[in-house]
Amino acid sequence: MNYKSNSFFEKLFKSTLKIAALIVIGIFILLFYSLVERSIPSLSQNGLEILLGTSWDPNFEIFGGAPAILGTLFSSAIALVFALPISLCIAIFYTEYGPVRLRPFISGVMDLLAAIPSVIYGIWGLWTLSPILKINFQEPIIASIGFIPLFSGPAYGLSIFLASLILTIMITPIISSISIDIFSKTPMPLREGMFALGATKWEVIKNVVFPFAKRGVFAATILGLGRALGETMAVTMVIGNSYIWPFKSISLFSSASTITSKIASEFPESVVNIIHNSSLISLALVLLLISISINFVAEIISKKSAGRLNV
Amino acid sequence: MKVRRAKDFIIKLISTLVTLLIAVPLLWIIFDVVIKGASALSLEFITSLPAPFGETGGGIGNAIIGTLIINTMACIIGLPLGIATGIYLSEYSNGSRISALLRTAIDTLSGIPSIILGLFAFSIIVIRVGHYTALAAAFALSIIMIPVVSKATEEGMKTVSIDIREGAIALGLPKWIITTKIVLGIAKSSVITSSLLAFARISGETAPLLFTSLFSYYWPRGINEPMASLQVLIYNYAMSGFESWVVKAWGASLLLLLLVLSINILVRRFSTKVV
Amino acid sequence: MSENKLKVESLSAWFYEKQVLNQVSLDFPDKKVIAIIGPSGCGKTTFIRCLNRMHELTPGAKVKGRVVLDGKDIYTEMDAMEVRRKIGMVFQKPNPFPNMSIYDNVVAGLKLMGIRDKNLLDKVVESKLREVGLWDEVSDDLKRSGAQLSGGQQQRLCIARALATDPEVLLMDEPTSSLDPSSTAKIESLVRVLKNHATVIIITHNVQQAARVSDYTAFLYLGDLIEFGETKKVFESPKNPLTEKYVTGRFG
Repeated sequence: MNYKSNSFFEKLFKSTLKIAALIVIGIFILLFYSLVERSIPSLSQNGLEILLGTSWDPNFEIFGGAPAILGTLFSSAIALVFALPISLCIAIFYTEYGPVRLRPFISGVMDLLAAIPSVIYGIWGLWTLSPILKINFQEPIIASIGFIPLFSGPAYGLSIFLASLILTIMITPIISSISIDIFSKTPMPLREGMFALGATKWEVIKNVVFPFAKRGVFAATILGLGRALGETMAVTMVIGNSYIWPFKSISLFSSASTITSKIASEFPESVVNIIHNSSLISLALVLLLISISINFVAEIISKKSAGRLNV
Repeated sequence: MKVRRAKDFIIKLISTLVTLLIAVPLLWIIFDVVIKGASALSLEFITSLPAPFGETGGGIGNAIIGTLIINTMACIIGLPLGIATGIYLSEYSNGSRISALLRTAIDTLSGIPSIILGLFAFSIIVIRVGHYTALAAAFALSIIMIPVVSKATEEGMKTVSIDIREGAIALGLPKWIITTKIVLGIAKSSVITSSLLAFARISGETAPLLFTSLFSYYWPRGINEPMASLQVLIYNYAMSGFESWVVKAWGASLLLLLLVLSINILVRRFSTKVV
Repeated sequence: MSENKLKVESLSAWFYEKQVLNQVSLDFPDKKVIAIIGPSGCGKTTFIRCLNRMHELTPGAKVKGRVVLDGKDIYTEMDAMEVRRKIGMVFQKPNPFPNMSIYDNVVAGLKLMGIRDKNLLDKVVESKLREVGLWDEVSDDLKRSGAQLSGGQQQRLCIARALATDPEVLLMDEPTSSLDPSSTAKIESLVRVLKNHATVIIITHNVQQAARVSDYTAFLYLGDLIEFGETKKVFESPKNPLTEKYVTGRFG
C-alpha cells in the first residue's frame, strides 16, 4: 500500500522506523568493522600463525590457533554426525511410527531441551556427566582398546569426547524440530499413493518422505552446525581448555580447546596484552568467517538443487 | 516380503528407542538441577550477598537482581528496535535498498555466536568507558533479541489479510494508524510470544556477559558498573571446584532453569490457546 | 429535481497496460440509490474504487478524468483520506476487524482518529447499530469480538462502521453476494432506508436485486457505460439492445 499522506504524524512514524532500521544496519556494519580493526595488531605481527600455529603461549607472544580451530571443527562435525541420524529417528517416529497422542510430549521435550541454558548443560556436563563417563566409559575403553591412539589414556574427565557428546544433545532439538516440521508437510497424495501399492512404512519414508524433505533437512543441519560452532559455555566447561588435543595426543579422551572456549577462558586476562587480546579477536574473526562461509555454501547448494528439481 | 517387514520393524524399533532415549538427558538434567539445587535453597540464599571466599553461607541475591536488571535493560533496547524493524520490513519496505540491507543485517546477526557479540560490546563500550559495565551486557543481549522479535513481528503482520487492510483504508484512516492500531493489533500475539521467548533466551546466555558485566560480589549500585548475574555466577562457581560454591552454582541453576522453563511453558500454553 | 451529489466526467482507468474503464461519464443524484450492473469483470468494481480513491492503491493502476463531489475534484482538490471519510465503502466479503469488539468496530473510524468522548461514542454505536438493525441482536454484549458474529451480522456491522463517519456517499460492492437469502433481504431493506442519509451506489450482479432496491441503474459493459437512467425505465423500456439483453438474462 503506498498512498501519499502529508500528515505530520505519518512522516514522524515513517522516520522513526527508518531510524530504527539504520541503527540496526549500523550495528551490523560496526560489528564487522570493530572485529577486523581489533584483529589487525595480531594479524599484522603474526600473519597466518593464528591459523597454522600449533602452540599458544602469551608469555612468548606465540599465538597459534590451529588446535582450537580444529577443536571447533571436529567437535561440531562429530556432533552433527550423531545428531543427524538421531534427529531423523525422532522425526520418523513422530510422523510415522509413534502414536499421535505422544506428539505433544515429543515436541515438548524438544522445546525444553532447546530452552535449557548452555551454562546449565555446562555445569551438568562438568559435575554430573564427566565423573560418571570417566569411570564407566572412558576407563573401560582405554583399558580394552587403548592401544588405538584414538582411544588412548589417560582419561581426562574433561575432553573433546565429552564436548562432542554434549553438543550432540544440544543440537538435536533444532535439527529434529525442523525435520518433524518438514516431514509433516509431505504431500498426502504422494504418501498415500505409495501405501496403496503395499509399501511398508519404512519404504514410504525412504522413497517418498526423505527425498521430499532432503533440502529442508539439509537446511536444518546447517542451522544445527552453526549452533554447534558458536556454542561457548557448555563446551568451555567440559572440554578442558588445553592444547593437548590433537597435536600432543590424538586421543578423544584428551582435553582440548575450541575457538569459543579459548576466548571465554582467556579474554579477561588478555586485556593487558594487546597482541594476546588481538589474537583472541582474530580467532573470533576466523569463527565468523567459518560460519559465514558454511551458510554461503549451503545457500548455493540449496539454490542449485532447487534449480535442478524445478520446484 | 518377510525381509521388507523385518526392515520396517527394525527401523520402527530403532526410532522408538532413540526417541525414548532423547528424553533421558532432559529428565536427568532437570532431576539433577532440582535435587542438587534444592539443597542450596534457603531464604538466606536468595536474599543475601555472597560470603567472602573460603567462608560458607551467604547467597546469590545480587545475582538474581543483576540478571533481572540486565535483562530489563536489554529489553528496553532490543524490543523497540526489533518491533520497529519488523514493522518497517512488513509495511514500509517496498523493495528499497535499506530494506534489503536491513534484512541481510538481521539474518546475519541472528547467526552470530553470542560470545562474539560480547566481544563487540566489549570493544565499543567497555573500552570506551574504561571499565566493565552492565550496559555493555545489555547491549550485547539486545542484539540477540532484535532478530527474533523482528522476524516474528514481520511475519505476524504480513499474515493480516488485504481485506482487513482495505476496510481500514476505506474508513479514511492514515497509514500509520492502520499499521499500529489494526495490523499490529492483530499481530499482537506474535509480538508478545516472541518477546517472551527472547527474554527467556537471553536469560540463558552467559558468554556475552563474561567480558561486559563481568561479575560482582555486591548489590548493584548502578547500571554503568560490573554486575552479578545468575549465568556468570553459575559459570564461575562451577569452575571453581570449591565445594560450597559448586553447591551454590546448582542452586543458582535451579532458579535460572525455573525462570527459563516456566516462560517457555507459559508461552506454549498461551499460543495453543490462541491458535 | 435533486442535485447531483457526485459527478463523474470521462473517467478512464488502467491496470498497467490494460484499459478497464473507457471514458465513463455519469451523474449521481443526491440521496438516491443507484445500482451498477453488468457482467463480471466489466469494470464495475474498478469504477467504484475510483470513486473513493482506492483504485490508485493497486500496483500499476492509472486513472484519468474527473470525479467531483459537491463541486470539488476528489483527485486534485481533496486529500485521499478526506475523500474516504466522505465516501464510505462496504465490501463484498465482510471484513470486521478481528482484534476489536463490536463497539470498537463501529466507531473505528472515529476512535482511531483520536475521538475519545465516551458519551459521543456510545451514542454513535447505538444509533448506527439501530440503523442497520443489529442493536437488538448484539446490545447485550458489545465487547464481543466483531469476528464472532454470523456472516450477515458481520456485514451489517461493516455497514454500521462505514456509516459512523457520516459519509455523504456510500459505495457498496456486491454487499450481499456472500450472504444467505434472509441476511440479503435484511440488507436490501436497509439500503432502501439508507438513502435518507446518503447517496448509495451499489454494485450487484443480481439484476433482480437492482430492480428491487435502486432508483437509478447504470449498465456497464466491458468498461463502457451503455445506459443510465431511472431503474423503472432501464428495466421496462431500455434504450440500448445490449441493456435489454442483459436485464432479461440473455447473457452475463
